[in-house]
Parts: sequence; structure tokens; C-alpha cells
Amino acid sequence: MIAALLLAAATPNLAYTQLRDPAQEADARALMESIRCLVCQGQSIADSDADIAGEMRALVRGRIAAGQTPRQVRDWLVARYGAYVTYDPPLGWATAPLWLAPVALLALGAWVARGSFRRRGR
Amino acid sequence: MTAEFGLAALWLAAALAVLQCALATLGLARGRAEAFGAVRAAAVVQGALVAAAMAALIACFLASDMSVALVATNSHSMKPWLYKLAGAWGNHEGSMLLWVTILGLAGGAVARFERRLAERTLMATLGAQAAIALGFYAFLLFASNPFARLDPAPADGAGLNPLLQDPGLAFHPPTLYAGYVGLSVAFSFAVGALVTRDVGPVFARAMRPWVLIAWTFLTLGITAGSYWAYYELGWGGWWFWDPVENASLMPWLAATALLHSVSVLATRDGLRAWTVMLAVVAFSMSMLGTFLVRSGILTSVHAFAVDPARGSFILALLVLYIGAALVLFALRIGTVRQGTPFDPLSREGSLVANNLLLTVILGIVLIGTFYPIVAAAFGTQLSVGPPFFDSTAGPVALLLVAVMAAGPLMRWRREDGEALLQRMTWPIAATLAAGAGVFVLAGPIRPLPLAGIALAAGLAVASLAPLARRNLRRAPLFLYGMVVAHLGIAVSLAGMAASTAFTRETLAAVGAGEPVRVAGYSVTLDGVRPVIGDNWTALEARLSVLDDDGARFVLRPQVRYFTDPVTSTNESAIATLAGGQLYTVLGAMGEDGRWQLRLWWKPFVTLIWLGGALIALGGILSLVGHVLRERRQRRPVASEVPA
Repeated sequence: MIAALLLAAATPNLAYTQLRDPAQEADARALMESIRCLVCQGQSIADSDADIAGEMRALVRGRIAAGQTPRQVRDWLVARYGAYVTYDPPLGWATAPLWLAPVALLALGAWVARGSFRRRGR
Repeated sequence: MTAEFGLAALWLAAALAVLQCALATLGLARGRAEAFGAVRAAAVVQGALVAAAMAALIACFLASDMSVALVATNSHSMKPWLYKLAGAWGNHEGSMLLWVTILGLAGGAVARFERRLAERTLMATLGAQAAIALGFYAFLLFASNPFARLDPAPADGAGLNPLLQDPGLAFHPPTLYAGYVGLSVAFSFAVGALVTRDVGPVFARAMRPWVLIAWTFLTLGITAGSYWAYYELGWGGWWFWDPVENASLMPWLAATALLHSVSVLATRDGLRAWTVMLAVVAFSMSMLGTFLVRSGILTSVHAFAVDPARGSFILALLVLYIGAALVLFALRIGTVRQGTPFDPLSREGSLVANNLLLTVILGIVLIGTFYPIVAAAFGTQLSVGPPFFDSTAGPVALLLVAVMAAGPLMRWRREDGEALLQRMTWPIAATLAAGAGVFVLAGPIRPLPLAGIALAAGLAVASLAPLARRNLRRAPLFLYGMVVAHLGIAVSLAGMAASTAFTRETLAAVGAGEPVRVAGYSVTLDGVRPVIGDNWTALEARLSVLDDDGARFVLRPQVRYFTDPVTSTNESAIATLAGGQLYTVLGAMGEDGRWQLRLWWKPFVTLIWLGGALIALGGILSLVGHVLRERRQRRPVASEVPA
């Protein structure tokens, strides 16, 4: 018990401490900004004071520090908490309309706008 | 007594709205011109009555009359007076009353001051305005009476959410609502013009000031809301793609598009049907915004005054108004002739591109905001957030910036490609130079911020180009309006891109006297002490900051504890310096007695809101410029000189 407490004091609290390696911290930071805080109202775990957000930040940093890629960490979080946890919905059948919408809108808009132009002639 | 007076005024205002709507309909249907004066008078009196109701509610809050249920649940006698005042609209009922108050005042102003439109069109406009107001009066009187009494009255109130106890609350909602309501006036004008089949430059010039007012207020509201979230939430973010933020962004996007298409209609008599359609879309977006904020259908940092049952009432209003407008549009648009045609490469062409791209961004934001709800209906829980919006709306917005740089340098009707390229020499050079400069000085950064900085430089140069080789004292005021607004977009974009790319973060647990570094600053915690405020207590850290040039200053971030209701908030301490802001937050104390500090160096971040202020200033200049010009011309003229 005492040993566990000492260990806890010796390892920094990764919820509020950056990783030593700037490249790993940048990866962790980018990932945290796209992970939803599950108890908050529309905030990422990177911008929340909630306890669970802190725990999830520690988790993300810990796994990145242990050498996992951001993608692996995200997949693990999605497997554990469901797709609700990521703000970056992975492309799939359920999200295809979402990701295709911008292109479809641009095409539709261009087609509509075409009608208002006069054919160019000199 | 004050509450009963307010309720009576509200009922009378509603009765006048019925009268106004009925008289306008009768006057139009029977062709009775004498109804016109009565409709005008009804609109003015209705505005005065609803303003009196709002004043009564404010008086109840200022007097802390706890026998009024709304005051008891949202206020507290110990609150500073500014928050008592702001508390009047920091809740569901009060904010809806504020909405309809601004609506009534705007309707009164239209009735009192509009002299250009044909009488029949104006009568239809005022009738539509009364119909909109009527829905909100019904909502207030039957579903959310702000003046309901409590018996017995409690000894004191429950207090206001501490996050809302901020000067921002006094200004943020009224500003946004003024914007929403301004769009409702534009919508009423569009309905009026459709009813009388009178869509043309006169209609566009009558509508334009209202679009400008709405757009300016929305710009101010969004800018202020962004800064408020930035310093109040304590994590240094200035835009979250949060549903309620999107709810204010969508009307702004629609209003921006409308602003540009209405100037094509006023100047060149083009884009008739499209302008009317945009007015309908813009008002739909402001209704949708109200619905999103009030219904709590989407979880959000803003969800502080929500009620699903009332949300469905607003949704019903939304469907009713928008449905009716679309039916009218479908019935009448065939009789609105399309305006003058033009070349793709022309000022009009660039404005069509502007409208197209703004509408696409609007569509992306709309779909992204509602997609989770639709997915949930099909049994899939998912979230759509910053990564989606940044990667889809971001590139389209940058494309729009490029169009914005070139558009004002083009001629109406037809432009020559080579001549345009020649005029664009300096902006293109600035874009390339800024992009290369950032790349060389700062090394590789993500493509979106890099493109943002480069295009911001190009747009800044291009936005000033319309003033080049002009006599600056004779250039019309509305031209200055456009120049300042476009420059503001460049400034804001530069701030967004640079702060995104170059923010430095330091998170640390420190004991007293241990310095930590962030960017070029050394921050030392001198100590933490308790402080007492009006209605809170706090722990306040004293941070000594030493910059690399030897200058010293002190910052005092706090954690505040509130008792009514029990909550705590982080009060960040921010130093605005020449190159950006140093943002400091005090966190919790660990078991080892060390304090959590969150420090950020955010270079150029202030440009975001400075740009927003410039955009709004551009709106004001343009508004004043157009109004002055109309006054000089006295009577409507057939065609306006191209600006």
C-alpha cells in the first residue's frame, strides 16, 4: 500500500504533465483534442476540468509514451467507449454520407450556379 | 405589481400583433389603402408595449422580487447589480422575451422609418413581421410566462450559474439576438416582396440596412462569445465547433451570403430569386439557432437554459414559418424574372462564387451539427467535432478567401483575365512571400495553418487595393466598409492560423519559488492566498513572470468557489503582450503540496478578435455609408452607380 503510494508520487500525473519527448507530446495533444470528454457537454478531453477527462488524458499520454501510435490509441478508446468518444468519425457505412456531403454540396452548388451565367461571347 | 404590469403589457402587445396581422391581410386582400396607416401605428405601439414588458422584467430582477418565480430560480439578492440585470435574459423565459422585444422594436422601426417601399409591399412586410412575433407571444404567454408568481415567496433566490456571472453575459445574448431578429426583418421584407411580386433593386435597398445591422450584430456576438469562452473556460480554446457556436455561425454565414447577393440585386438587378431564397434561409438558420440553444437537443457547453418540451414548441414555430415561406416561394418564384445575366468572370461571378462557397460551408456546418442526431435515430452513437469541420470547412473557407481577394478587383458584367492577373500581382506576391517566409523561419507546419497565414497576407494586400489610386477623401464610405471588413477577415484569419500553428504549452506541478518556462517567459509561483469577492471566495496564485528581455510582471489566476449554487470556476489570468497573450491557469493542489499550473504562450491570438471587431466596424461603415447616400438621393432612383 505504502509502496503503491510512493510509486504514485514518483510517477508524474500525466493528466496535467506533458511527456518529455516533444514529438510524442504533440501526438498526444493532437489526439486528446479529438477525443470527447464523456461526461462534459461538448468538450474534448484536452479542454476539460472533469476528473474523467484527466484520467483519459493520463491514459492517452501513458499509451503514447509506451510507444503506441495515435491510431492504435484511438482504436483502443473506440473499442472501449464506442464511436461516441472520437470527434473524428472514422469513414464507414454510417459516416459515408457525412464525409461525402462536402464534395456533393460543392458539385451541386457549381451546377446550380452555372444557370445564372451568360455564355461567354465577344 | 411590476410583474402584473409586465404581463398585461405582453398580452396587449400580442393583441396588437393579431390586429396588425389581420389588418395587413385585409388591406392586401381587399386593396384597402386606408388600412396601411393603422398597420403602421399598430407596429409602433406593439414595439413600445413589448419593450415595456421587458423593462418590467428587468425591474423585477433589479429589485430582487423573489415572489416572481423566474427571479427566484435565477437570481440572488447578493449578486452584483450587473448580473441581476443580465440575469433577466440569462434564462429561458427572459431570453425569449428579449428575443420578441427586439423583434417588436425592429418592427416598430420599420413601420416608422421605411419610406422607399411601395405601400402594399411594406404592409405585407409588417403583416409577416406581426405573424412571426405572434408565434413568440403565444410561446411566452402559454408555455413560458416570465412573470409567473411564487406563493409563498422564498427567502432568497437560487442564484445564477457562475459561468454566466461575467460581464460577457450582459452583452453576448442581446447582441446575438439583435442579429437573429435583424434577419427576421430581412425575411419579412422577402415575404412582403413575394406577396406583391415586387422583387427588385428598391426592395434590395430597403432590406440591405437590416441585413447589415443583423450581420454586424452577429459578427460582434460571435467575436465576443469566442473571447468569452476563451478566457472563461480556462483551456485557451477560442472555437470548439460546439453545436451552439455552430448555431450562431450558421446565421452569420447565411447573412454574409445575403449581404453580398443583396448588393448584386441593389446594384445590378441580378440574383433576384436567389436573394429571396437566402433571406428565407438566413431566417431559418436564426430560428434553428434559437431552437438549438433553447431545446437542449444537443449537449453543449452552452446548455444552461434548456427544456425539451419547449424546444418542440419552437420547432413547431420553425416548421410553420419556414414551411409557409417555402410554399410562398415555390408559388411565386416562377413570376419573379431572373435578373440581368453576366459572365462567369466578372464581379457578379465572384459574388456568385462567394454565395456558393458560403452556402457550402453553411451546409457542411449544418450537416456536421445534426449528423449525430440523425445517426442516433438509426441507433448509431457518434460524435462529429473539430477534426471533421477543420478538414472540410477549412479548405472551402480558404478557397473563399482567395475569391474574396480577387472579387473586389473585378469589373461588373465582364472581366478580362489578363488585366485581373495584373491587378492581382501584389496580393499574389504577398501570399507567396508570407508562405515562404513562414516555411523558412518556422520550419514545416501543418498545411492548413500555413495556407491560412499565406492567404491572410494576400487578402490583406488585396483588400486595400480598391483604395489604391483613388482620392481617399472622396471614396464613398461604404467602399471603406468593404475594405475594412475584408481586412478584418485577413487579420482574424492570420490570428487563427498563427495561434493554431505556434501555441506553446507548459503543464507543470510546482512548489513556491520554482520557476517554469513557457516560450520566452519564466513563470514563478510566489504563493497562493485566499481572497473574498462579492458572492464568491477564491484561491489566488501570485505568478511572477520574467521575460527573456528582463521585463517583469505579475499575473493572478484564481479558482473561484461559489455557494449559490455550489460550483467552482477557473479564472484565467491573461497578459496581453506585443506578440500575443500569455495565458495562465491555476489548477488543483496535489498531495505533495505542489500546485498545478497550466501556461500557454499564444502568439498573435488577439488578432482573431481584433479582426472580428474590424469586420463589425466594416459593417457599421457600410451601413452608415448606404443610409447617408440614400438620404442624399431622397427619392429612389432607377439605377445605382456601380461601386
